[in-house]
Amino acid sequence: MTDYRKISLDGLWNNNPATVQILGLCPLLAVSGTVVNALGLGLATMAVLAGSNICVSLIRHYVTDAIRLPAFVMIIAALVTVIEMLMQAFTFELYEILGIFIPLIVTNCAVLGRADAFAAKNPPLPALIDGLMMGLGFLIILVILGALREALGLGTLFSNMDLLFGPMASEWQITLIADYRGFLLAVLPPGAFIGLGLIIAGKNIIDKQLKDRAKRLADASPKTSRRVRTTGSVSG
Amino acid sequence: MSLITVTSPHATRPGNRTGIFMRQVVYATLPGVAVMTWLFGWGTLLNLFIAIPVALAAEAAVLKARGRAVRFALADWSAVVTAVLLALSIPPTSPWWLIVIGVLFSIVVAKHLYGGLGMNPFNPAMVGYVVLLISFPLEMTRWIAPHEAPSWFDSVRMLLASANADSFTGATPLDSFRTWAGNAEQLAAEPILHGNFAGVGWEWVNAAFLLGGLYLLARRIISWHIPVAMLAGLIVIALPFWLYDSARYASPLFHVFSGATLFGAFFIATDPVSAATSRYGKLIYAALIGVLVWVIRSYGGYPDAVAFAVLLMNLSAPTIDYYTQPRTYGHHKPKRGVAP
Repeated sequence: MTDYRKISLDGLWNNNPATVQILGLCPLLAVSGTVVNALGLGLATMAVLAGSNICVSLIRHYVTDAIRLPAFVMIIAALVTVIEMLMQAFTFELYEILGIFIPLIVTNCAVLGRADAFAAKNPPLPALIDGLMMGLGFLIILVILGALREALGLGTLFSNMDLLFGPMASEWQITLIADYRGFLLAVLPPGAFIGLGLIIAGKNIIDKQLKDRAKRLADASPKTSRRVRTTGSVSG
Repeated sequence: MSLITVTSPHATRPGNRTGIFMRQVVYATLPGVAVMTWLFGWGTLLNLFIAIPVALAAEAAVLKARGRAVRFALADWSAVVTAVLLALSIPPTSPWWLIVIGVLFSIVVAKHLYGGLGMNPFNPAMVGYVVLLISFPLEMTRWIAPHEAPSWFDSVRMLLASANADSFTGATPLDSFRTWAGNAEQLAAEPILHGNFAGVGWEWVNAAFLLGGLYLLARRIISWHIPVAMLAGLIVIALPFWLYDSARYASPLFHVFSGATLFGAFFIATDPVSAATSRYGKLIYAALIGVLVWVIRSYGGYPDAVAFAVLLMNLSAPTIDYYTQPRTYGHHKPKRGVAP
Protein backbone atom coordinates (compact mmCIF):
# COMPACT_ATOMS: atom_id res chain seq x y z
CA MET A 1 0.00 0.00 0.00
CA THR A 2 1.50 3.26 -1.06
CA ASP A 3 0.91 6.32 1.05
CA TYR A 4 0.04 9.02 -1.46
CA ARG A 5 -0.54 11.54 1.29
CA LYS A 6 3.04 11.14 2.52
CA ILE A 7 4.43 11.40 -1.04
CA SER A 8 2.49 14.62 -1.59
CA LEU A 9 3.48 16.16 1.72
CA ASP A 10 7.12 15.25 1.10
CA GLY A 11 7.11 16.95 -2.28
CA LEU A 12 5.28 20.05 -1.18
CA TRP A 13 6.76 20.59 2.26
CA ASN A 14 8.88 18.08 4.18
CA ASN A 15 11.30 17.29 1.37
CA ASN A 16 10.68 20.26 -0.91
CA PRO A 17 13.34 20.32 -3.66
CA ALA A 18 13.93 24.07 -3.32
CA THR A 19 13.78 24.72 0.42
CA VAL A 20 14.92 21.39 1.91
CA GLN A 21 16.98 19.58 -0.71
CA ILE A 22 18.22 22.92 -2.09
CA LEU A 23 18.41 21.36 -5.56
CA GLY A 24 18.02 23.07 -8.90
CA LEU A 25 19.35 26.37 -7.58
CA CYS A 26 20.65 27.51 -10.95
CA PRO A 27 17.25 27.97 -12.63
CA LEU A 28 15.62 28.82 -9.30
CA LEU A 29 17.90 31.81 -8.81
CA ALA A 30 18.45 32.82 -12.40
CA VAL A 31 14.91 33.12 -13.77
CA SER A 32 12.91 34.09 -10.68
CA GLY A 33 12.99 37.79 -11.53
CA THR A 34 9.28 37.99 -12.33
CA VAL A 35 6.23 35.83 -11.71
CA VAL A 36 5.77 34.97 -15.37
CA ASN A 37 9.36 33.75 -15.80
CA ALA A 38 9.10 31.73 -12.61
CA LEU A 39 5.78 30.22 -13.59
CA GLY A 40 6.98 29.37 -17.10
CA LEU A 41 10.09 27.57 -15.94
CA GLY A 42 8.28 26.00 -12.97
CA LEU A 43 5.62 24.45 -15.22
CA ALA A 44 8.24 23.18 -17.64
CA THR A 45 10.23 21.60 -14.81
CA MET A 46 7.10 20.06 -13.34
CA ALA A 47 6.14 18.50 -16.67
CA VAL A 48 9.63 17.08 -17.12
CA LEU A 49 9.68 15.72 -13.57
CA ALA A 50 6.32 13.98 -13.93
CA GLY A 51 7.17 12.58 -17.37
CA SER A 52 10.65 11.38 -16.46
CA ASN A 53 9.39 9.74 -13.27
CA ILE A 54 6.79 7.72 -15.20
CA CYS A 55 9.25 6.66 -17.91
CA VAL A 56 11.96 5.72 -15.44
CA SER A 57 9.48 3.79 -13.36
CA LEU A 58 8.26 1.86 -16.41
CA ILE A 59 11.74 0.76 -17.45
CA ARG A 60 13.07 0.21 -13.94
CA HIS A 61 13.18 -3.59 -14.28
CA TYR A 62 15.00 -3.57 -17.62
CA VAL A 63 17.88 -1.15 -16.96
CA THR A 64 20.84 -2.50 -15.03
CA ASP A 65 22.37 -0.49 -12.22
CA ALA A 66 25.61 0.12 -14.08
CA ILE A 67 24.04 2.10 -16.91
CA ARG A 68 21.00 3.52 -15.12
CA LEU A 69 22.23 7.11 -14.85
CA PRO A 70 23.01 7.59 -18.57
CA ALA A 71 19.68 5.97 -19.40
CA PHE A 72 17.80 8.32 -17.06
CA VAL A 73 19.60 11.37 -18.43
CA MET A 74 18.69 10.34 -21.98
CA ILE A 75 15.02 10.11 -21.00
CA ILE A 76 15.13 13.47 -19.24
CA ALA A 77 16.93 15.09 -22.17
CA ALA A 78 14.34 13.77 -24.61
CA LEU A 79 11.50 15.14 -22.49
CA VAL A 80 13.22 18.51 -22.10
CA THR A 81 13.66 18.71 -25.86
CA VAL A 82 9.94 18.08 -26.29
CA ILE A 83 9.07 20.77 -23.73
CA GLU A 84 11.50 23.19 -25.31
CA MET A 85 9.95 22.69 -28.75
CA LEU A 86 6.45 23.08 -27.31
CA MET A 87 7.44 26.34 -25.66
CA GLN A 88 9.08 27.52 -28.84
CA ALA A 89 5.84 26.78 -30.70
CA PHE A 90 3.28 28.19 -28.29
CA THR A 91 5.00 30.72 -26.00
CA PHE A 92 7.77 31.99 -28.22
CA GLU A 93 8.50 35.24 -26.36
CA LEU A 94 8.77 33.47 -23.02
CA TYR A 95 10.98 30.89 -24.71
CA GLU A 96 13.26 33.70 -25.82
CA ILE A 97 13.36 35.23 -22.33
CA LEU A 98 14.08 31.96 -20.53
CA GLY A 99 16.66 31.10 -23.16
CA ILE A 100 19.35 28.67 -22.03
CA PHE A 101 17.51 27.83 -18.81
CA ILE A 102 14.98 25.61 -20.61
CA PRO A 103 17.59 23.18 -22.00
CA LEU A 104 19.34 23.42 -18.64
CA ILE A 105 16.38 21.64 -16.99
CA VAL A 106 18.24 18.48 -18.08
CA THR A 107 20.91 19.29 -15.54
CA ASN A 108 18.45 20.17 -12.77
CA CYS A 109 19.56 17.82 -10.01
CA ALA A 110 16.04 17.64 -8.66
CA VAL A 111 14.89 15.80 -11.82
CA LEU A 112 17.68 13.20 -11.89
CA GLY A 113 17.52 12.99 -8.10
CA ARG A 114 13.85 11.96 -8.09
CA ALA A 115 14.38 9.57 -10.99
CA ASP A 116 17.15 7.75 -9.19
CA ALA A 117 15.88 8.02 -5.61
CA PHE A 118 12.18 7.37 -6.12
CA ALA A 119 11.03 6.43 -9.62
CA ALA A 120 13.64 3.71 -10.08
CA LYS A 121 12.28 1.89 -7.01
CA ASN A 122 8.53 2.45 -7.28
CA PRO A 123 5.60 1.60 -9.61
CA PRO A 124 4.45 4.18 -12.20
CA LEU A 125 1.50 5.70 -10.29
CA PRO A 126 3.38 6.63 -7.11
CA ALA A 127 6.26 7.81 -9.30
CA LEU A 128 3.87 10.08 -11.22
CA ILE A 129 2.44 11.50 -7.99
CA ASP A 130 5.94 12.03 -6.64
CA GLY A 131 7.05 13.80 -9.81
CA LEU A 132 3.96 16.03 -9.84
CA MET A 133 4.24 16.94 -6.18
CA MET A 134 8.00 17.56 -6.26
CA GLY A 135 7.46 19.67 -9.37
CA LEU A 136 4.62 21.53 -7.70
CA GLY A 137 6.75 22.16 -4.60
CA PHE A 138 9.51 23.53 -6.82
CA LEU A 139 7.00 25.59 -8.80
CA ILE A 140 5.46 27.12 -5.68
CA ILE A 141 8.80 28.23 -4.25
CA LEU A 142 9.84 29.55 -7.67
CA VAL A 143 6.63 31.59 -7.98
CA ILE A 144 6.86 32.93 -4.41
CA LEU A 145 10.45 34.01 -5.07
CA GLY A 146 9.43 35.52 -8.40
CA ALA A 147 6.58 37.45 -6.77
CA LEU A 148 8.86 38.65 -3.98
CA ARG A 149 11.51 39.87 -6.38
CA GLU A 150 9.04 41.40 -8.83
CA ALA A 151 7.16 43.25 -6.07
CA LEU A 152 10.32 44.56 -4.43
CA GLY A 153 12.30 45.18 -7.57
CA LEU A 154 9.71 46.53 -9.98
CA GLY A 155 6.68 47.32 -7.80
CA THR A 156 4.36 45.14 -9.89
CA LEU A 157 2.90 41.64 -9.82
CA PHE A 158 1.88 39.36 -12.71
CA SER A 159 3.28 41.68 -15.38
CA ASN A 160 3.58 40.29 -18.93
CA MET A 161 1.43 37.28 -18.09
CA ASP A 162 0.24 37.34 -21.71
CA LEU A 163 3.54 35.71 -22.63
CA LEU A 164 2.25 32.53 -21.04
CA PHE A 165 -1.55 32.75 -21.14
CA GLY A 166 -2.29 34.64 -24.32
CA PRO A 167 -3.50 38.21 -24.94
CA MET A 168 -6.35 38.14 -22.40
CA ALA A 169 -3.81 37.84 -19.58
CA SER A 170 -2.17 41.17 -20.37
CA GLU A 171 -4.60 42.91 -18.01
CA TRP A 172 -3.64 40.81 -15.04
CA GLN A 173 -0.81 43.11 -14.05
CA ILE A 174 -1.19 44.57 -10.58
CA THR A 175 0.76 47.73 -9.89
CA LEU A 176 1.51 47.64 -6.20
CA ILE A 177 3.21 50.99 -5.97
CA ALA A 178 2.51 53.51 -8.69
CA ASP A 179 5.54 55.43 -9.94
CA TYR A 180 7.90 53.04 -8.13
CA ARG A 181 11.59 53.86 -8.46
CA GLY A 182 12.62 50.21 -8.39
CA PHE A 183 14.94 48.43 -5.99
CA LEU A 184 17.57 47.08 -8.33
CA LEU A 185 19.10 44.72 -5.78
CA ALA A 186 15.98 42.53 -5.76
CA VAL A 187 16.14 42.08 -9.55
CA LEU A 188 19.89 41.40 -9.59
CA PRO A 189 21.32 37.97 -8.61
CA PRO A 190 21.98 38.91 -4.94
CA GLY A 191 18.25 39.52 -4.53
CA ALA A 192 17.56 35.91 -5.52
CA PHE A 193 19.99 34.54 -2.95
CA ILE A 194 18.69 36.80 -0.18
CA GLY A 195 15.07 36.04 -1.13
CA LEU A 196 15.60 32.26 -1.13
CA GLY A 197 17.40 32.56 2.20
CA LEU A 198 14.42 34.38 3.68
CA ILE A 199 11.97 31.78 2.30
CA ILE A 200 14.01 28.91 3.80
CA ALA A 201 14.21 30.79 7.10
CA GLY A 202 10.44 31.28 7.03
CA LYS A 203 9.89 27.56 6.42
CA ASN A 204 12.18 26.66 9.31
CA ILE A 205 10.30 29.03 11.64
CA ILE A 206 6.97 27.41 10.70
CA ASP A 207 8.45 23.93 11.16
CA LYS A 208 9.75 24.87 14.59
CA GLN A 209 6.40 26.28 15.67
CA LEU A 210 4.57 23.17 14.44
CA LYS A 211 7.00 20.99 16.35
CA ASP A 212 6.62 23.09 19.51
CA ARG A 213 2.85 22.94 19.26
CA ALA A 214 2.86 19.17 18.76
CA LYS A 215 5.12 18.86 21.79
CA ARG A 216 2.86 21.08 23.89
CA LEU A 217 -0.21 19.10 22.89
CA ALA A 218 1.54 15.87 23.74
CA ASP A 219 2.56 17.25 27.13
CA ALA A 220 -0.83 18.73 27.85
CA SER A 221 -2.85 15.56 27.38
CA PRO A 222 -2.68 13.44 30.54
CA LYS A 223 -1.24 10.00 29.99
CA THR A 224 -2.54 8.46 33.17
CA SER A 225 -5.47 9.32 35.38
CA ARG A 226 -4.80 12.29 37.58
CA ARG A 227 -6.68 14.09 40.28
CA VAL A 228 -9.15 16.39 38.56
CA ARG A 229 -8.62 20.04 39.39
CA THR A 230 -11.95 21.68 40.02
CA THR A 231 -11.06 25.37 40.34
CA GLY A 232 -8.63 27.71 38.65
CA SER A 233 -6.59 28.34 41.76
CA VAL A 234 -6.10 26.52 44.99
CA SER A 235 -6.26 28.77 48.06
CA GLY A 236 -5.33 27.70 51.53
CA MET B 1 63.14 46.85 41.42
CA SER B 2 59.64 46.21 42.53
CA LEU B 3 58.26 42.74 42.37
CA ILE B 4 54.53 43.23 42.69
CA THR B 5 52.51 40.16 41.91
CA VAL B 6 49.09 40.80 40.52
CA THR B 7 46.75 37.93 39.94
CA SER B 8 44.62 37.88 36.85
CA PRO B 9 45.66 41.24 35.38
CA HIS B 10 43.23 40.77 32.52
CA ALA B 11 40.30 40.75 34.91
CA THR B 12 40.92 44.11 36.53
CA ARG B 13 38.60 46.10 34.29
CA PRO B 14 35.19 44.52 34.15
CA GLY B 15 32.44 45.49 31.77
CA ASN B 16 32.04 46.02 28.06
CA ARG B 17 35.29 47.65 26.91
CA THR B 18 34.53 47.52 23.21
CA GLY B 19 32.72 50.83 23.61
CA ILE B 20 35.89 52.65 24.68
CA PHE B 21 37.60 51.80 21.38
CA MET B 22 34.51 52.35 19.28
CA ARG B 23 33.96 55.79 20.80
CA GLN B 24 37.50 56.79 19.84
CA VAL B 25 36.74 55.83 16.23
CA VAL B 26 33.70 58.10 16.27
CA TYR B 27 35.75 60.97 17.73
CA ALA B 28 38.42 60.46 15.08
CA THR B 29 35.90 61.05 12.28
CA LEU B 30 35.11 64.54 13.63
CA PRO B 31 37.73 66.43 11.55
CA GLY B 32 36.41 64.72 8.45
CA VAL B 33 32.81 65.53 9.39
CA ALA B 34 33.79 69.17 9.92
CA VAL B 35 35.51 69.46 6.53
CA MET B 36 32.66 67.71 4.73
CA THR B 37 30.16 70.07 6.35
CA TRP B 38 32.31 73.04 5.30
CA LEU B 39 32.52 71.81 1.70
CA PHE B 40 29.15 70.14 1.14
CA GLY B 41 26.84 71.87 3.61
CA TRP B 42 24.40 70.46 6.13
CA GLY B 43 23.73 67.23 4.25
CA THR B 44 26.54 65.33 5.98
CA LEU B 45 25.23 66.23 9.43
CA LEU B 46 21.66 65.38 8.38
CA ASN B 47 22.87 61.96 7.15
CA LEU B 48 24.41 61.35 10.58
CA PHE B 49 21.29 62.68 12.29
CA ILE B 50 19.15 60.05 10.49
CA ALA B 51 21.61 57.18 10.43
CA ILE B 52 22.58 56.99 14.11
CA PRO B 53 19.07 56.71 15.64
CA VAL B 54 17.97 54.27 12.92
CA ALA B 55 21.06 52.13 13.55
CA LEU B 56 20.48 52.10 17.32
CA ALA B 57 16.79 51.25 16.90
CA ALA B 58 17.57 48.46 14.41
CA GLU B 59 20.32 47.09 16.63
CA ALA B 60 18.03 47.10 19.68
CA ALA B 61 15.20 45.43 17.74
CA VAL B 62 17.43 42.66 16.37
CA LEU B 63 19.15 42.08 19.71
CA LYS B 64 15.76 41.73 21.35
CA ALA B 65 14.56 39.34 18.67
CA ARG B 66 17.71 37.26 19.15
CA GLY B 67 17.22 37.22 22.92
CA ARG B 68 20.47 39.06 23.69
CA ALA B 69 21.17 41.63 26.40
CA VAL B 70 20.04 44.78 24.59
CA ARG B 71 21.44 47.40 26.94
CA PHE B 72 24.84 45.74 27.27
CA ALA B 73 25.33 45.30 23.52
CA LEU B 74 24.09 48.78 22.64
CA ALA B 75 26.74 50.22 24.97
CA ASP B 76 29.53 48.90 22.74
CA TRP B 77 28.89 51.73 20.23
CA SER B 78 29.47 49.39 17.30
CA ALA B 79 26.11 50.30 15.75
CA VAL B 80 27.00 53.98 16.03
CA VAL B 81 30.34 53.42 14.31
CA THR B 82 28.64 51.54 11.46
CA ALA B 83 26.05 54.32 11.12
CA VAL B 84 28.71 57.05 11.12
CA LEU B 85 30.88 55.29 8.53
CA LEU B 86 27.89 54.67 6.26
CA ALA B 87 26.51 58.21 6.68
CA LEU B 88 29.90 59.66 5.70
CA SER B 89 30.10 57.41 2.64
CA ILE B 90 26.78 58.34 1.04
CA PRO B 91 26.30 61.69 -0.69
CA PRO B 92 25.07 64.65 1.40
CA THR B 93 22.15 65.09 -1.00
CA SER B 94 20.60 61.77 -0.02
CA PRO B 95 16.89 61.46 0.67
CA TRP B 96 15.99 59.97 4.06
CA TRP B 97 14.81 56.61 2.72
CA LEU B 98 18.18 55.96 1.11
CA ILE B 99 19.92 56.33 4.46
CA VAL B 100 17.31 54.18 6.23
CA ILE B 101 17.59 51.33 3.71
CA GLY B 102 21.39 51.42 3.87
CA VAL B 103 21.52 51.41 7.66
CA LEU B 104 18.93 48.64 7.98
CA PHE B 105 20.86 46.50 5.51
CA SER B 106 24.13 47.14 7.33
CA ILE B 107 22.84 46.33 10.79
CA VAL B 108 20.24 43.64 10.14
CA VAL B 109 21.63 41.71 7.17
CA ALA B 110 25.37 42.35 7.11
CA LYS B 111 25.88 42.26 10.87
CA HIS B 112 23.20 40.34 12.74
CA LEU B 113 22.19 37.70 10.19
CA TYR B 114 25.83 36.61 10.29
CA GLY B 115 25.84 36.45 14.09
CA GLY B 116 26.34 40.01 15.31
CA LEU B 117 29.43 41.94 16.36
CA GLY B 118 32.59 39.89 15.90
CA MET B 119 30.97 37.36 13.56
CA ASN B 120 30.36 39.40 10.40
CA PRO B 121 32.69 38.40 7.56
CA PHE B 122 32.05 41.66 5.71
CA ASN B 123 32.35 45.24 6.85
CA PRO B 124 28.70 46.15 7.61
CA ALA B 125 28.97 49.80 6.56
CA MET B 126 30.47 48.84 3.21
CA VAL B 127 27.81 46.18 2.58
CA GLY B 128 25.16 48.85 3.17
CA TYR B 129 27.03 51.23 0.87
CA VAL B 130 27.38 48.70 -1.96
CA VAL B 131 23.72 47.65 -1.69
CA LEU B 132 22.74 51.30 -2.11
CA LEU B 133 25.25 51.88 -4.90
CA ILE B 134 24.06 49.00 -7.06
CA SER B 135 20.37 49.57 -6.26
CA PHE B 136 20.18 53.35 -6.52
CA PRO B 137 23.11 54.44 -8.71
CA LEU B 138 21.51 57.79 -9.49
CA GLU B 139 21.10 58.92 -5.87
CA MET B 140 24.44 57.46 -4.85
CA THR B 141 26.50 59.45 -7.34
CA ARG B 142 25.03 62.89 -6.66
CA TRP B 143 27.86 64.58 -4.82
CA ILE B 144 27.74 68.31 -4.29
CA ALA B 145 30.26 70.47 -6.12
CA PRO B 146 32.76 71.61 -3.45
CA HIS B 147 32.21 75.06 -1.93
CA GLU B 148 28.72 75.27 -3.44
CA ALA B 149 26.92 73.98 -0.40
CA PRO B 150 23.14 74.31 -0.45
CA SER B 151 21.42 76.25 2.32
CA TRP B 152 20.00 74.61 5.44
CA PHE B 153 16.52 74.84 3.95
CA ASP B 154 17.56 73.20 0.67
CA SER B 155 19.41 70.46 2.53
CA VAL B 156 16.32 69.56 4.57
CA ARG B 157 14.19 69.58 1.41
CA MET B 158 16.62 67.19 -0.28
CA LEU B 159 16.51 64.98 2.82
CA LEU B 160 12.70 64.87 2.60
CA ALA B 161 13.08 64.07 -1.12
CA SER B 162 10.96 67.11 -2.02
CA ALA B 163 13.70 69.02 -3.81
CA ASN B 164 15.64 67.96 -6.85
CA ALA B 165 19.26 67.64 -5.84
CA ASP B 166 20.57 67.92 -9.39
CA SER B 167 20.95 71.69 -9.23
CA PHE B 168 23.60 71.39 -6.53
CA THR B 169 25.53 68.42 -7.78
CA GLY B 170 28.72 68.28 -9.75
CA ALA B 171 31.24 65.72 -10.90
CA THR B 172 33.73 64.61 -8.28
CA PRO B 173 37.41 64.63 -9.25
CA LEU B 174 37.26 60.86 -9.73
CA ASP B 175 34.21 61.12 -12.01
CA SER B 176 35.86 63.86 -13.97
CA PHE B 177 39.09 61.94 -14.42
CA ARG B 178 37.19 58.84 -15.49
CA THR B 179 35.26 60.83 -18.08
CA TRP B 180 38.32 62.45 -19.65
CA ALA B 181 40.97 59.78 -19.10
CA GLY B 182 43.19 59.64 -22.15
CA ASN B 183 42.37 63.19 -23.23
CA ALA B 184 45.26 65.33 -21.97
CA GLU B 185 43.78 68.68 -23.06
CA GLN B 186 40.45 68.13 -21.32
CA LEU B 187 42.19 66.88 -18.21
CA ALA B 188 44.22 70.07 -18.08
CA ALA B 189 41.10 72.16 -18.63
CA GLU B 190 38.95 70.56 -15.90
CA PRO B 191 39.15 72.93 -12.92
CA ILE B 192 38.01 70.31 -10.39
CA LEU B 193 41.09 68.19 -11.03
CA HIS B 194 43.52 70.94 -10.05
CA GLY B 195 43.38 71.88 -6.39
CA ASN B 196 46.30 72.71 -4.14
CA PHE B 197 47.79 69.25 -4.41
CA ALA B 198 44.99 66.95 -5.68
CA GLY B 199 41.34 67.28 -6.84
CA VAL B 200 39.53 70.36 -5.52
CA GLY B 201 37.76 69.91 -2.19
CA TRP B 202 38.32 66.19 -1.84
CA GLU B 203 41.99 66.76 -0.98
CA TRP B 204 40.86 68.45 2.24
CA VAL B 205 38.29 65.75 3.04
CA ASN B 206 41.01 63.13 2.74
CA ALA B 207 43.51 65.25 4.68
CA ALA B 208 40.98 65.55 7.51
CA PHE B 209 40.46 61.80 7.63
CA LEU B 210 44.25 61.38 7.60
CA LEU B 211 44.34 63.59 10.70
CA GLY B 212 41.67 61.48 12.38
CA GLY B 213 43.52 58.32 11.36
CA LEU B 214 46.76 59.59 12.88
CA TYR B 215 44.84 60.21 16.10
CA LEU B 216 43.66 56.58 16.05
CA LEU B 217 47.24 55.45 15.48
CA ALA B 218 48.49 57.64 18.33
CA ARG B 219 45.84 56.23 20.66
CA ARG B 220 46.81 52.73 19.46
CA ILE B 221 43.23 51.94 18.47
CA ILE B 222 44.56 50.70 15.12
CA SER B 223 48.00 49.44 14.17
CA TRP B 224 50.04 50.99 11.37
CA HIS B 225 50.06 47.88 9.19
CA ILE B 226 46.76 48.24 7.35
CA PRO B 227 46.79 51.97 6.47
CA VAL B 228 50.46 51.97 5.48
CA ALA B 229 50.21 48.79 3.41
CA MET B 230 47.03 49.93 1.66
CA LEU B 231 48.55 53.29 0.68
CA ALA B 232 51.79 51.59 -0.33
CA GLY B 233 49.92 49.11 -2.51
CA LEU B 234 48.00 51.92 -4.18
CA ILE B 235 51.07 54.09 -4.76
CA VAL B 236 53.30 51.24 -5.95
CA ILE B 237 50.87 50.26 -8.69
CA ALA B 238 49.75 53.79 -9.59
CA LEU B 239 53.26 55.25 -9.95
CA PRO B 240 54.62 53.26 -12.95
CA PHE B 241 51.38 53.59 -14.91
CA TRP B 242 51.27 57.33 -14.26
CA LEU B 243 54.90 57.70 -15.36
CA TYR B 244 54.11 55.68 -18.47
CA ASP B 245 51.01 57.69 -19.51
CA SER B 246 49.91 60.52 -17.25
CA ALA B 247 46.95 61.39 -19.47
CA ARG B 248 45.36 58.00 -19.01
CA TYR B 249 46.37 57.09 -15.46
CA ALA B 250 45.99 59.48 -12.52
CA SER B 251 48.97 60.32 -10.34
CA PRO B 252 49.53 58.45 -7.05
CA LEU B 253 48.96 61.69 -5.13
CA PHE B 254 45.60 62.15 -6.84
CA HIS B 255 44.62 58.57 -6.01
CA VAL B 256 45.59 58.95 -2.36
CA PHE B 257 43.73 62.23 -1.86
CA SER B 258 40.64 61.42 -3.94
CA GLY B 259 37.42 59.65 -3.16
CA ALA B 260 37.46 57.54 -0.04
CA THR B 261 41.12 56.48 -0.06
CA LEU B 262 42.30 57.81 3.30
CA PHE B 263 38.88 57.33 4.91
CA GLY B 264 39.06 53.73 3.75
CA ALA B 265 42.68 53.22 4.78
CA PHE B 266 42.19 54.34 8.37
CA PHE B 267 38.50 53.74 9.11
CA ILE B 268 37.14 51.03 6.79
CA ALA B 269 39.92 48.56 6.03
CA THR B 270 41.01 48.57 9.69
CA ASP B 271 37.74 47.08 10.96
CA PRO B 272 39.13 44.47 13.37
CA VAL B 273 36.35 41.99 12.70
CA SER B 274 36.45 41.71 8.93
CA ALA B 275 40.18 42.40 8.34
CA ALA B 276 43.03 39.90 8.47
CA THR B 277 44.43 39.54 11.98
CA SER B 278 48.11 38.55 11.92
CA ARG B 279 50.73 41.20 11.19
CA TYR B 280 51.88 39.72 7.89
CA GLY B 281 48.28 38.97 7.07
CA LYS B 282 47.31 42.60 7.59
CA LEU B 283 50.12 43.74 5.28
CA ILE B 284 49.03 41.38 2.48
CA TYR B 285 45.34 42.12 3.01
CA ALA B 286 45.76 45.88 2.93
CA ALA B 287 48.31 46.00 0.10
CA LEU B 288 45.90 44.03 -2.09
CA ILE B 289 43.11 46.47 -1.17
CA GLY B 290 45.35 49.27 -2.42
CA VAL B 291 46.04 47.43 -5.68
CA LEU B 292 42.35 46.61 -6.16
CA VAL B 293 41.36 50.24 -5.53
CA TRP B 294 43.63 51.31 -8.38
CA VAL B 295 42.47 48.51 -10.70
CA ILE B 296 38.75 49.15 -10.11
CA ARG B 297 39.16 52.92 -10.35
CA SER B 298 41.12 52.64 -13.59
CA TYR B 299 39.04 49.97 -15.33
CA GLY B 300 35.77 49.62 -13.39
CA GLY B 301 32.40 51.22 -13.99
CA TYR B 302 31.67 52.75 -10.59
CA PRO B 303 32.80 56.13 -9.25
CA ASP B 304 34.91 54.84 -6.38
CA ALA B 305 36.50 51.52 -5.60
CA VAL B 306 37.29 51.45 -1.90
CA ALA B 307 34.05 49.70 -0.88
CA PHE B 308 34.40 46.96 -3.52
CA ALA B 309 38.10 46.49 -2.81
CA VAL B 310 37.49 46.18 0.93
CA LEU B 311 34.62 43.70 0.48
CA LEU B 312 36.66 41.55 -1.92
CA MET B 313 39.54 41.43 0.52
CA ASN B 314 37.16 40.77 3.46
CA LEU B 315 36.26 37.67 1.49
CA SER B 316 39.95 36.71 1.28
CA ALA B 317 40.83 37.55 4.90
CA PRO B 318 40.19 34.04 6.33
CA THR B 319 42.46 32.49 3.67
CA ILE B 320 45.16 35.10 4.31
CA ASP B 321 44.92 34.42 8.04
CA TYR B 322 45.18 30.70 7.43
CA TYR B 323 48.47 31.02 5.54
CA THR B 324 50.02 33.72 7.75
CA GLN B 325 49.25 32.22 11.13
CA PRO B 326 52.22 33.12 13.37
CA ARG B 327 54.12 30.52 15.35
CA THR B 328 52.74 30.10 18.84
CA TYR B 329 55.16 29.68 21.75
CA GLY B 330 56.21 26.08 22.18
CA HIS B 331 55.02 24.97 18.74
CA HIS B 332 56.56 24.70 15.31
CA LYS B 333 55.45 27.11 12.68
CA PRO B 334 52.42 25.55 11.00
CA LYS B 335 53.12 24.26 7.51
CA ARG B 336 50.37 25.53 5.30
CA GLY B 337 49.88 24.73 1.65
CA VAL B 338 52.93 22.43 1.64
CA ALA B 339 52.61 18.77 0.77
CA PRO B 340 53.59 16.66 3.81
